[in-house]
Amino acid sequence: MSGIDQSKIRNFCIVAHIDHGKSTLADRIIEHTGLLTSREMQAQVLDNMELERERGITIKAQAVRTVYRAQDGEEYIFNLIDTPGHVDFNYEVSRSLAACDGAILVVDAAQGIEAQTLANVYLALDHDLDVFPVINKIDLPSAQPEKVIAEIEDVIGIEAQDAPLISAKNGIGIEEVLEAVVHKIPAPGGDVEAPLKALIFDSVYDSYKGVIVFVRVKEGSVRKGTRIRMMATGATQEVVEVGYFGAGQFIPCDELSAGMVGYITASIKNVKDTAVGDTVTDADNPCAEPLPGYKKVNSMVYCGMYPADGAKYPDLRDALEKLKLNDASLHYEPETSIALGFGFRCGFLGLLHLEIIQERLEREYNLDLVTTAPGVVYKVHCTNGDMIELTNPSNLPDPSVIDFMEEPIVSAEIMVTTEFIGSIMELCQERRGKYLGMEYLEETRALLRYELPLNEIIYDFFDALKSRSRGYASFDYDLKGYEQSSLVKLDILINREEVDALSFIVHADSAYERGRKMCEKLKDEIPRHLFEIPIQAAVGGKIIARETVKAMRKDVLAKCYGGDITRKKKLLEKQKEGKKRMRQIGSVEVPQKAFMSVLKLDDRR
Amino acid sequence: MKKPISIYIHIPFCIKKCQYCDFLSAPADSRTQEEYLRALEGEIRKKAAAYRDYTVKTVYIGGGTPTAVPYEKLCHVLEVLWQAFSIGEEQPMERKISMEVEISMEANPGTVSGEALREYRRAGINRLSIGLQSADDRELARLGRIHSYADFLETYSLAVQAGFQNINVDLMAALPKQKPRDYADTVKKVLFLAPKPTHISAYSLIIEEGTPFYEKYGLEWERRERTGETPLHLPSEEEEREMYRITEKLLKEAGYHRYEISNYSLSGYECRHNKVYWQRGDYVGFGLGAASMVENIRFRNTPDLPCYLREEEKTVERMPLTQKEQMEEFMFLGLRLTEGVEKKAFREYFGVPIEEIYGSVIEENARKGLLKAGDRISLTKKGTDLGSYVSAQFLQ
Repeated sequence: MSGIDQSKIRNFCIVAHIDHGKSTLADRIIEHTGLLTSREMQAQVLDNMELERERGITIKAQAVRTVYRAQDGEEYIFNLIDTPGHVDFNYEVSRSLAACDGAILVVDAAQGIEAQTLANVYLALDHDLDVFPVINKIDLPSAQPEKVIAEIEDVIGIEAQDAPLISAKNGIGIEEVLEAVVHKIPAPGGDVEAPLKALIFDSVYDSYKGVIVFVRVKEGSVRKGTRIRMMATGATQEVVEVGYFGAGQFIPCDELSAGMVGYITASIKNVKDTAVGDTVTDADNPCAEPLPGYKKVNSMVYCGMYPADGAKYPDLRDALEKLKLNDASLHYEPETSIALGFGFRCGFLGLLHLEIIQERLEREYNLDLVTTAPGVVYKVHCTNGDMIELTNPSNLPDPSVIDFMEEPIVSAEIMVTTEFIGSIMELCQERRGKYLGMEYLEETRALLRYELPLNEIIYDFFDALKSRSRGYASFDYDLKGYEQSSLVKLDILINREEVDALSFIVHADSAYERGRKMCEKLKDEIPRHLFEIPIQAAVGGKIIARETVKAMRKDVLAKCYGGDITRKKKLLEKQKEGKKRMRQIGSVEVPQKAFMSVLKLDDRR
Repeated sequence: MKKPISIYIHIPFCIKKCQYCDFLSAPADSRTQEEYLRALEGEIRKKAAAYRDYTVKTVYIGGGTPTAVPYEKLCHVLEVLWQAFSIGEEQPMERKISMEVEISMEANPGTVSGEALREYRRAGINRLSIGLQSADDRELARLGRIHSYADFLETYSLAVQAGFQNINVDLMAALPKQKPRDYADTVKKVLFLAPKPTHISAYSLIIEEGTPFYEKYGLEWERRERTGETPLHLPSEEEEREMYRITEKLLKEAGYHRYEISNYSLSGYECRHNKVYWQRGDYVGFGLGAASMVENIRFRNTPDLPCYLREEEKTVERMPLTQKEQMEEFMFLGLRLTEGVEKKAFREYFGVPIEEIYGSVIEENARKGLLKAGDRISLTKKGTDLGSYVSAQFLQ
């Protein structure tokens, strides 16, 4: 494949608000470029993780190379790089964007611009990408393409008059999109003769090939046998194979040169050697400076993850290491809990990120996990002048040595139709939000700006937002900084024993309310035992709420169902199965999901 | 020597579905009934060949409401059964009325005439199980029963007159809006019957998914079961417990003994058929959805009526039991009986001492006061209340 004309390459991605049809458009592009026949297409080829397909969202950046014969008679190589749409994954979006020269902006013809549309477009423009819009779902009865076009021009300020009007789902207007890719997205530049300079934008672990790194070659070229060096980690290896991305498979080729997107394997066994964002160069002919890479991401949300079966601790460690490989935003370090044993404190970009990692660990690595309530990073200023970054509530120093505490604050933009402004403002108020202002984008839609404590939005803010706006509000946020706040640690006692894994930090004003709800919730989650179990919430040793799990007095099935023993046995098995998902705390069996119960305290749901 | 076997016959028809009922049963027109009975008789004839080495020890005709089909048709099913199976000892003329074979049938008040009862008796049925549930007409109405207490009294005396000497009465406790004293009234009324029923089944109402009662009471039921909170319409847990104690106390005073979690009888009148289930004897079920266990293979007929009527092969599920499953069953079924399981029997059946398999479970539950462990393992009084909790621990 050597000697590819750079002018015939287009490296691009698709950005959109969630559910505006990005993955579907990607599928259509792959289909129409003839790489696969319709019959071979599984729905949504790019979303190849089982989890992604189930949830209908794209988690990991993925890439595919297709060949398009344009109307000018020339064949163009398209490297399509898929990006996640959710606010939690801005970091992943950045990584993908760095491998592209342009982006297709997909906007739903009925819904128009949403918070994540803006966030993603700005990210793309920040990366100097050429962005052109397409209006999707024009076949919906509620589609208003003219209105959306005007909105794109007004709000984003990019030209949209000749935006293709398409329906990715029904294959309308796809040809137009492909032509626009050829004409509106620039061909890559970069000197093929210069020393190798390639950006790692993703990587996966394969048990046969070792680590497979996904690169965008910016300058020079790489081929089998090239000795490469990772500029940040210094690891040096000989390239075993280079190639590009077919749909769901790796296709080896002779060489990757400036402007190309592909993969490299170099029998890299150690996952830590390949940091996403690092620059790959030729060890024998290195480039002078690495690429800028990405800004380092800080975890916003932390929680403890423990194997349900203590013996699986090493498995959990290996799994986290592998996940970390293609998810640089995942952080973890070992910790110990009195209640839960050995585990890890893990840092995530947001709650969805947390949930996805948790599910991937459970599904792909077959681990049974106990996860503690997520929290944010607090800054604890001690009277002796020390400052502690607190990620685990159990490590909070004694109140007597704390001077003051700070919590992270985000600036949030919420886009909402005017009829729901009231209820959304109410929600932000309840979550200790500070109102910054409001802008009308058009008559019926407004953009609300708030400052909110991060710990008020990591639990269920998104759900509450959706339910109080009947799904119409959209939301994006950026970390603004830290502010002093009156915070306390809320402890939970089960059967008079403090359970460290259930402690969390909360604003002093809402401690009582949270404690009460937490006790109620736990009362519901903890099954009855042969004895009575008190559940208490305490702040600084003082009990502020209490509930009681009544003793079990009866548990008997009377009926016999005419000799249908199997049915009876199934009921007993269900009961037995339930017991397996329990954690023993003192003499009390606590269901694993109870440790997450602090998440579900919103009354309004 | 022929091996003993029990037979269950399912009649999936009723006059009207009760509010709490999740059994395989529904009203049907007479054509459907006839078609069904033809298929049922076909099934009995066809399968009988496989049981040549067996002799029938008990028969149980359940439903639904077996008395909802015309009695001569039901008696015909029994004729077919007698022709196809070897019953008791080989004395063709007398075997029908022999007491040696227990032949039970469920009957609902208001669906049987004196003539029908005499015919049932003549066809060989020697034990009648009458579904009373409650002696309070308002409670009966709430349950969606089609009969009154007076209807029951009539059916009961007709049954006695027709020669039934072995009669069970079904009672149900913990009904919506029922108070312990209402329930006590029902029990007392039943104990006033003369002659006394030989057997009384007393169940607590279970709110099953998919029933009209579940729509009404499902949420409060589940909440009560899970947390013990007092529900709005159903009796509280404490009241329900009290009803349990009332059953025990009143029936004991009247000379009944509790031989199984929900069953009481006068001495010698334990339901032999039901004991076959708990003691893992072989039984074969005929009819829609009927379950069987023969030589440690459990199988079951299709629960789909059109399929049952159409298909030659009615059996849709066959599950040979592993040794482990047999042991589990031995324990959780055996523990339903007051006498529990016999250690020696376990050892003889499985070739290993019970302690080797269940030593720690038995010990732990004995320590908690839930099991009595001597030559036999059985539930204590407290263990009886927590029967499912204890039984579940014997599953691996």
